Amino acid sequence: MTAPANGQGAPAQNAFSPGTISGNKGLQIEEPLIFEQGMKGRSGVDLPEIPQHKDRLGALKRKSEIGLPGLSEPQVVRHYTKLSQKNYAIDMGVYPLGSCTMKHNPRLNEKVARLPGIGDLHPMQPVSTVQGALELIDRLAHWLKVLTNMPAVAMSPAAGAHGELCGIMTIRAALLAKGDARKRILVPESAHGTNPATAAACGYVVDPVPADERGRVDLAAFKAKLGPDVAGTMITNPNTCGLFENDIIDIADAVHNAGGYFYCDGANFNAIVGRVRPGDLGIDAMHINLHKTFSTPHGGGGPGSGPVVLSKALAPYAPVPYVVHGANGFDLVERGGEAFGRLKGFHGQMGMFVRALAYMMSHGSDGLRAASGDAVLNANYILAGLKDEMSPAFPGTCMHEALFNDEFLDGTDVSTLDFAKAMIDEGYHPMTMYFPLVVHGALLMEPTETESKDGLDRYIDVVKGLAKRAKAGDAAYFHGAPYHTPRRRLDETLAARQPVLRWKPEAPKKAAE
Amino acid sequence: MRYLPLTDEDRRAMLAKIGAPSIDSLYSDVPQSARLKGPVDLPPVLGELGVERYMTGLAAKNLGAGSCPSFLGAGAYRHHIPASVDHLIQRGEFLTSYTPYQPEVTQGTLQYLFEFQTQVALLTGMEVANASMYDGATATSEAVAMANRVTRRNRAVLSGGLHPHYREVIATHGHYTGFEVAAAPADAAGTEDLTKLIDANTSCVVVQNPSFFGHAHDLSALAKACQAAGALLVVAVTEIVSLGAMVPPGEMGADIVTAEGQSLGVALSYGGPYVGLFATRDKFIRQMPGRLTGQTVDVDGKRGWVLTLSTREQHIRREKATSNICTNSGLCALAFNIHLTLLGEAGLTKLAELNHATASRLADRLSAIPGVELVTQSFFNEFTLKLPKPAAQIVEALAKRRVLGGVPVSRLYPDDTKLANLLLVAATETVSDEDIAAYEAALKEVLK
Repeated sequence: MTAPANGQGAPAQNAFSPGTISGNKGLQIEEPLIFEQGMKGRSGVDLPEIPQHKDRLGALKRKSEIGLPGLSEPQVVRHYTKLSQKNYAIDMGVYPLGSCTMKHNPRLNEKVARLPGIGDLHPMQPVSTVQGALELIDRLAHWLKVLTNMPAVAMSPAAGAHGELCGIMTIRAALLAKGDARKRILVPESAHGTNPATAAACGYVVDPVPADERGRVDLAAFKAKLGPDVAGTMITNPNTCGLFENDIIDIADAVHNAGGYFYCDGANFNAIVGRVRPGDLGIDAMHINLHKTFSTPHGGGGPGSGPVVLSKALAPYAPVPYVVHGANGFDLVERGGEAFGRLKGFHGQMGMFVRALAYMMSHGSDGLRAASGDAVLNANYILAGLKDEMSPAFPGTCMHEALFNDEFLDGTDVSTLDFAKAMIDEGYHPMTMYFPLVVHGALLMEPTETESKDGLDRYIDVVKGLAKRAKAGDAAYFHGAPYHTPRRRLDETLAARQPVLRWKPEAPKKAAE
Repeated sequence: MRYLPLTDEDRRAMLAKIGAPSIDSLYSDVPQSARLKGPVDLPPVLGELGVERYMTGLAAKNLGAGSCPSFLGAGAYRHHIPASVDHLIQRGEFLTSYTPYQPEVTQGTLQYLFEFQTQVALLTGMEVANASMYDGATATSEAVAMANRVTRRNRAVLSGGLHPHYREVIATHGHYTGFEVAAAPADAAGTEDLTKLIDANTSCVVVQNPSFFGHAHDLSALAKACQAAGALLVVAVTEIVSLGAMVPPGEMGADIVTAEGQSLGVALSYGGPYVGLFATRDKFIRQMPGRLTGQTVDVDGKRGWVLTLSTREQHIRREKATSNICTNSGLCALAFNIHLTLLGEAGLTKLAELNHATASRLADRLSAIPGVELVTQSFFNEFTLKLPKPAAQIVEALAKRRVLGGVPVSRLYPDDTKLANLLLVAATETVSDEDIAAYEAALKEVLK
């Protein structure tokens, strides 16, 4: 049978070649940089004529051209629409990035953040004109304090790592108030990179604590490292192996007995919300990633928000600003007290506060408890579904994320990276790779509570299928993956050796020193 | 609960597969004493309607800056944001994706970050820019840390024209990380001479242009003095639109330029989230904080983008990283990128001119009121007025008349009584002739 004609002339000579004239592949459309499609004099914005005025810039007036391209609104809309189509997103499917908590982002939260009475407030308006905003911050603080059983919260940190900075500075301030800031902070080897980076940024020596064979802090090794020069510890709980640190109360007691403080990295708080309160575990400070646990969107890498709950011992040292109940309603303390200082311009990530509070109110206390339970259930379901075909890093059940090592790939010549890239072709974002560092070739999967059982069943089938394919000796396939993306594997070495960090009109390739 | 897909039947089937009797049993590693038996004392599940009603109620207790004549600045500016900006940043593929660690499925994010870096470098007159910081204040603090690394010195000189929040953030970091801060007194007159504060241990001089008080300065001489002393010049820009009308810091000899990018595409949102800009010279690339997007090719030789030079960053370098920053301001960077793309060269320069014209006209009108003195002679879209009474009182009185008249300097310098009568006033393109007239009338009235 001959190929059906399309009714618009003869088929092209090379009818079965997958190549196209444009380089586009159906819905995958090539898109140049804005700088490569701009025209002088064109703009996507109409502005009124400049009124008569006295010039007050004089010699400081710009004389040189900036070099910005000119595009009309339709061109701009198409440009960014096409770019968006080159991204994977939670809105498209399972995004099992362990440690990152990619859960559904409710659109109600976007809507309320844009109410003019909230989104269009200037941070320096008189407090008499922003009583609703201060009430909102106070309300969110209340929810955070109740959920953690902690008496105070510093709301201003802009993200998780910024919250860590806040927490460790608060600890340093409390120790300085006693006359000795001390020297070392104990950080487990499985910690997020931000933990040691934060401790070092606050002038502390990072003292690594090994993990035991159960993937938890080695309690004996931990206690052996304690001493009068230890300012405290930074421990993630549930930890980055997806396990609850069951010795946590002993750890807290030991740190306190040594005169130090316990900072908890709250990146994984989403596993225990409504079920376990950090304040009951002896924690002195913990940041809460509102963009993880309470689903303010990740937005391709931010903005985040990282309020830090504080124990009674640390509460007096919280940074400014903070909301208080004054004689005439809510007031904002912007300076003074024992506060250690200021971490950020203005008052914190208000836009994220609104979204987080909307998310929390939507769930309610019962819904939040159900959400953390389902997150843990989903992770264990993945673990149970994959444990025979893959190699779990630790025996037993997990919390909100399932961790595998790369033993199941032994002898296949397929690496964790290759495996991840093959998942992309199957329509999934890969799991977190090679983290935590304490597990060889780690594959960390966090489904979150917003995945359905059907969706997880399909996911498990695909991942199992890939594991079987790897074991069947199909390494070459994995080495070449992904095949079906707008770009295939990219040369990261070239990017780092000859950095091209911006577009330039004349010589686009430039070697940096 | 509408966001939770699992049914009780699903849960039972899944628990059976796992071999666990209940969800609670999955928490057996938690010490018994710390396990809550039931929900905490907070309200129960609430539908969309209820949440929206609550939030609308809170919003009604605020005076939206757009609902009345508004002249607030001091580091955050109310500009018109084109409708397509907010539409595009809400596309799920942007809004609900993560940091682009897997470049094959995040070319959209990586390409806009590359464009953003290019735009920031062009605007500031610098060679290279990163993929964003939290805000202008933290970006400036990171610039000081970088200057300390580059020069191997540990003393920062801060201008009295630098935003007080920026000064406090830097001082806080200095206090805890062990560098010295030499902060010049508040420079309301715009006449400070920082060169005499520079010594052999000075890593950088940090100035804001236009200054917190609105003064537009030529920084070339200060740049030369810094260079002669082996210190870096850090220039902070809190109103990025100014660079459409003014000589950029790069042309004046800045080594690092930091900025608050909120003015382009980002809502006021009571102070955050905003977007910090960070630009510098090529020779300092490996000392920069934050993420960088770089161009490369894929295995088929096609141009593409990746996050690069990660060996500076915490996830690789841990305690030796140049900064602890991880999550930054990706989506705000996108809003900035789109707004600036819509404006283009012609749009941005005209927008800047319009801002200057509006502020200049406003300054003429207000300074003509008896007792009101214009302190700032050379400015972009913000200036300082000296009032015959404490500015905080006047601002409260104006707010009662539904005019947001500016930021009293005393809010940021509460201890300096000499500054009590100073008022910062900003005017962007959103200020109409009617707004100016309303302000003039209200100010006359409250000064009576």
